[in-house]
Amino acid sequence: MSEANKSSLLKIDNTFEPVTYDPQYILMVNKLKKYFPIKGGMISKTVGYVKAVDGITFNLKRGTTMGLVGESGCGKTTAGRTILRLAGEKTGGQVLFNGKEVYDLSAKEMRSMRPKMQIIFQDPFSSLSPRLPVGEIIGEAVREHNLVPKNEFNDYIDNIMDQCGLQPFHKDRYPHEFSGGQRQRICIARALALSPEFVVCDEPVSALDVSIQAQIINLLRDLQERHKLTYLFISHDLSVVEHISDTVGVMYLGSLVEYGSTEDIFAEPLHPYTKALFSAIPIPDPDAKMNRIVLEGSIPSPANPPAGCKFHTRCANCMEQCKTVAPEWKEVRPGHFCACHLYDE
Amino acid sequence: MAKKKSEGYLSAKESRRISRENRKITNEFEKRRKRTDVPESEYLTEMHDPNNAVEFDNLHTYFFTDAGTVKAVDGVSYEVPIGKTVGVVGESGCGKSVTSLSLMQLLQRPQGQITEGAIRLNLGDKAYDVTKAPDSAMQKLRGNVVSMIFQEPMTALNPVFRIGDQIEEVLELHNTENLSEADMKARTIELLEMVGIANSEGVYKMFPHELSGGMRQRVVIAMALACNPRVIIADEPTTALDVTIQAQILDLLRNLKDKINSSIMFITHDLGVIAEMADYVVVMYAGRIVEKGTADDIFHHPAHPYTIGLMASKPVVGKKIDKLYSIPGKVPNPINMPNYCYFKDRCEMCVEGCDGAYPCEISLSDTHKVSCYRYYDKKED
Repeated sequence: MSEANKSSLLKIDNTFEPVTYDPQYILMVNKLKKYFPIKGGMISKTVGYVKAVDGITFNLKRGTTMGLVGESGCGKTTAGRTILRLAGEKTGGQVLFNGKEVYDLSAKEMRSMRPKMQIIFQDPFSSLSPRLPVGEIIGEAVREHNLVPKNEFNDYIDNIMDQCGLQPFHKDRYPHEFSGGQRQRICIARALALSPEFVVCDEPVSALDVSIQAQIINLLRDLQERHKLTYLFISHDLSVVEHISDTVGVMYLGSLVEYGSTEDIFAEPLHPYTKALFSAIPIPDPDAKMNRIVLEGSIPSPANPPAGCKFHTRCANCMEQCKTVAPEWKEVRPGHFCACHLYDE
Repeated sequence: MAKKKSEGYLSAKESRRISRENRKITNEFEKRRKRTDVPESEYLTEMHDPNNAVEFDNLHTYFFTDAGTVKAVDGVSYEVPIGKTVGVVGESGCGKSVTSLSLMQLLQRPQGQITEGAIRLNLGDKAYDVTKAPDSAMQKLRGNVVSMIFQEPMTALNPVFRIGDQIEEVLELHNTENLSEADMKARTIELLEMVGIANSEGVYKMFPHELSGGMRQRVVIAMALACNPRVIIADEPTTALDVTIQAQILDLLRNLKDKINSSIMFITHDLGVIAEMADYVVVMYAGRIVEKGTADDIFHHPAHPYTIGLMASKPVVGKKIDKLYSIPGKVPNPINMPNYCYFKDRCEMCVEGCDGAYPCEISLSDTHKVSCYRYYDKKED
């Protein structure tokens, strides 16, 4: 590899126009980047970056649900964690939560902000401590943040558990005594106990059976109505995302390729990747006509993404300029964003 | 104490007693299995219909655990016709994997035992009853006549052997045509190309960790197809994969099935995948078949309340609904199954007869069978 090529791998382009706070949005993400360094050589020098999240931009309205879809390894989960400041420092860009830059807060301010933003993890089997009884799992953070007076503590936990479909006598049991669906309810109760405004749901139903999935999805929707929650719903199951989301973002190799309202995106996907992704959804009807766009190959390495448009290596509509010029993120239709050269004027 | 007992807690003494009794039963089974020089006549049988590749006949597979006997498969009968795909659907723990493991004789022994029933496997000129076949006979069948695509491509491959060696091992074990080493390598590379791996010579020398999930699943499929098996068991082959990769793998399986004219037993909990792949569908619940029929029967005229509930609880792209239907309650405890219909406690369409014994199989049409009291008026007799 030539010297020039090497240094281009190490350069971080961090130019963005700061956004101003708009109160209708609970969360504003602007050109957010999260790179993980690759260490190599004798002295563990940084030799490159895995561009897990590479400049994503979206705004999330209060009380709505945004679905984030994409293949595994495209950076959905890292995006969710970076927004919550759970993945170390960001590499570039902005995350405004209620108008405050999350990464500028001091440790003390961050601590008081934490209850407002919560996460539900993917795997209910490994995200609960096996040594704590359920009451303690749910109540630990509540006590830590002094959210309720001591004499009301027990009633408060009972109330939260009741809302999530758990019985009060479950409090003294341990996670191994519960089934997958029940454990996911515990995870939801744990997040809900801090009365959050914003919850990142990182594939909350992918580890569950179909009939249990429906219970959990209904529960999440009930709670959203009751507590005016805002969700960022990360999933690779497109039918679930369509059901629960108001807006949908499609990610490919660390970047958002399309973002818009659920109706728009599912009725008329613009980006070739979105089209291929949607055509791959299996439909439970043996007579359904399949006009499937099968994508060749697999997702390229995020450490060395293709030049130009990242999708051009697998795209059916690839043009000359796609190979060299990265497409711009622009509003193709009102409220419907897309990054593709097909929609250049 | 009374409360604990009802929830299935056992005292140490009780558990020891059960375990002692279990050992008596399983030793009996093991002794029979471990015999050598079993005459072929003992497990030779005849297919009821020569057009079937596999016939499951009243299969009972029990697990003798220290907490009690788990009836994982409790009287399951269905057929896999030659050249067709049969989809088996159900929640986790309903016994769909155990049925296929019974066919492969890969049950966790000595706890897991086939206690009753027969699995007839068509070998062309003869048929074997797999339940009676000893280990030595099974070794010749596994991977050769029946092969399996496992659920997780990440764990199904051995991390310390090269891809080529792992596929060649199958060919070497079932080397009936006396292939030389060079022939085997050529065949392996041909197999890798068949499953759509472009750089087959390179992949031949690679280790599993160098491949992505989709590529690994292709290797597992290549391994399963190595000996042109008559029956392929695909146990949730796409559950761990993304939709785009899933579409590739399903396409591949469909094409390969026609190429080598084998039957597929497709196990999954994704109804969308079943609709796309299967000619016949079997719906299992708590170790029993609740409904079976052609894909058209099941998807357009679902009869059993469980099938109907399962269909309604999955959101479908393009259909806007306000609230998803969810089947209330949960699967009954596998150790203490009720003596009435297993689904009754979760069923919202109960009729008078539901308190009676477990419903028998009712024929709605030549192909469509259902076990439910709602259809007893259609019973012919």
